[in-house]
Amino acid sequence: MAERRIRIMVAKPGLDGHDRGARILARAFRDAGYEVIYTGCHQTPEQIAAAAVQEDVDLVGLSCLSGAHGYLFPRVVELLKEKGAEDITVIGGGIIPDQDFQKLYDAGIKAIFTPGATLDSILDWIKNNLKPRE
Amino acid sequence: MGSYFSDDTVNKSQELTKKWEDEVAHSVVQSPDQKSRWSTVSDLEIKRLYTPEDIKDTDFARDIGAPGEFPYLRGNQPTGYRGRYWTFRMFSGMGSAADTNARWHMLLREGQTGLSTAFDFPTLMGYDTDSPNARGECGRCGVAIDTLDDFLTLVDKIPLDKVTTSMTINPPASVLWAMYCAAADKKGVPLSKIGGTIQNDMLKEFIAQKTFMCPPEPSVRIISDTVEFGTKYVPKWNTISISGYHIREAGSTAVQELAFTLRDGIEYVEDAIRRKGMDVDSFAPRLSFFFNSHIDFFEEICKMRAARRIWAHVMKERFHAKNPRSWWLRFHTQTAGCSLTAQQPYNNVVRTAIEALAGVLGGTQSLHTNSLDEVLALPSEHSVQIALRTQQIIAEETGVANTIDPLAGSYFIESLTNKMEEEAWQYITKIDEMGGMIAAIDKGFPQLEIADAAYRFQQQIDHNEKIMVGVNKYVTSEEQPIPTLQIDEKVEQEQLKRLADVKRRRDSRAVSADLKDLKNACITGKNVMPYCIKAVKDMATLQEICDVYREAFGEYRDPGLF
Repeated sequence: MAERRIRIMVAKPGLDGHDRGARILARAFRDAGYEVIYTGCHQTPEQIAAAAVQEDVDLVGLSCLSGAHGYLFPRVVELLKEKGAEDITVIGGGIIPDQDFQKLYDAGIKAIFTPGATLDSILDWIKNNLKPRE
Repeated sequence: MGSYFSDDTVNKSQELTKKWEDEVAHSVVQSPDQKSRWSTVSDLEIKRLYTPEDIKDTDFARDIGAPGEFPYLRGNQPTGYRGRYWTFRMFSGMGSAADTNARWHMLLREGQTGLSTAFDFPTLMGYDTDSPNARGECGRCGVAIDTLDDFLTLVDKIPLDKVTTSMTINPPASVLWAMYCAAADKKGVPLSKIGGTIQNDMLKEFIAQKTFMCPPEPSVRIISDTVEFGTKYVPKWNTISISGYHIREAGSTAVQELAFTLRDGIEYVEDAIRRKGMDVDSFAPRLSFFFNSHIDFFEEICKMRAARRIWAHVMKERFHAKNPRSWWLRFHTQTAGCSLTAQQPYNNVVRTAIEALAGVLGGTQSLHTNSLDEVLALPSEHSVQIALRTQQIIAEETGVANTIDPLAGSYFIESLTNKMEEEAWQYITKIDEMGGMIAAIDKGFPQLEIADAAYRFQQQIDHNEKIMVGVNKYVTSEEQPIPTLQIDEKVEQEQLKRLADVKRRRDSRAVSADLKDLKNACITGKNVMPYCIKAVKDMATLQEICDVYREAFGEYRDPGLF
């Protein structure tokens, strides 16, 4: 049986339209051999969680530059848990002040990447930390 | 024809260049160039040396000319900045209307000469603060405006007949502008006296910035309504600011920014003529533009000079405009947010100064300088003051405003200006062949061109082919955090209370009737502006009006191209 390819969803929660980083990452993941789904902008946490479950992804990468990450990121984790999909890894990025990191980690966000993070550093993190779902 | 140099000069130049090349061929064996290929930040290849040969086909009278004369390469005004400096217009907005009003008054006290508003995401997308879509966003990226009540607070003690205001607003531009008109009315200022700009450029939202509501076609229709209304009743208002800024921030090259922005402009002019039957000279003088000033100094200057020359030709030859003011490309500039780094943020002061200088040498008429902390948060009062002072130092101390377009005639500047113009025309022609910008957007053409450029740039950074100081070179391990502005969570609670209060106080039957009338105008093709003004005066909310648009025209969903 062919090995199942890892599936990654790049998602833009909230109303923010700054999607340069999200689109660059989607390409980088695709070039690295992952299956990639990009939600496009303006998704509610509910839409993201539902799509992640439906698409059976292993990882959700959230991107937010509007400052609303404090509400949006934990909400996605919470909704995945409600759907019994807490084994989907959730990471985040964007304009996230240092002082908010701990709160997001506590809420279940596994890694946070902010401006200046290289594509390689993000790909390395995934290679070393992502466990494909059963 | 009046070529730039005589044949004799070109021949001598060729001779000298040949000799120089031979010498260089020897010397680079000893000390080779640091890089095999030299290019601008947008990857436009740059030669080692520029000579008269590079502009031998440039005709001085036809292509360069005098300031204030067609094709306006050297500026619209015959006296440049001697008559007056560009407008110092800092983009600001955060928290509540009262918070933003306080920041505006602070900036005016410090010497800012024009106002500019940033709205929060719910306002930008046509939602009220109490919408489920707005949770967590209130006041975070700009000011929250739900009703005329908020707007009146925003412009409290601002003399609307003396200060011009730019509003960075797109899908709900007609609504916010209606609030501005209604506020002026309440303050006893006639519409003929108010001046300012609504961004109101929807095509670049589909291409780059992704703040949209309805599909492209009806979005452009609402814009043509505002153009028509402004031409008739608000003659000092710039009805669109055709914006390349966001195209560049989304990762485009400088040429793409130039080409897509001007092609968007062509689309708006065509729509107003076709849909409204307007005479081009009646509205074209009130169109304005907005460019990004990125870190590659000469590329930016040349982009702005090329933009003026292309637009002059477009207006004169494509649209047969007769009024010289229709030929002018008037523009605002903002230094590049995407060039700033979260690492070593004080370096951003230097980047911004250089970018602002490029904007001034490119002949901008209005300028926003980014604050050093804008990559981390909305700017603090201290950082915005440094950013404003940067402009004041350029204007009052450096002497760069002493003479007009001082870089003109440089072999390199003129040659790069020509090159950018040529490449922009190729894009413009290609989009014409696709059937216009809306058709090109439907095909995903500009979106994917930009995505390619953004991805290429990121790879160049990752592989150290392009350098960002503090990011991939001269990195420091220990960084001191800088103080940043925090938006209190109370802002959202208080805004919700104010909105509920307005909804309780107003005459809801009048609001329902207004919204019905607006919907009817949408469907029958009547100009929406008078209906918007009536509705906001009766305290219809921003979202209530935008919901009418969504019902009448449908909603656009991001196709998620990458």
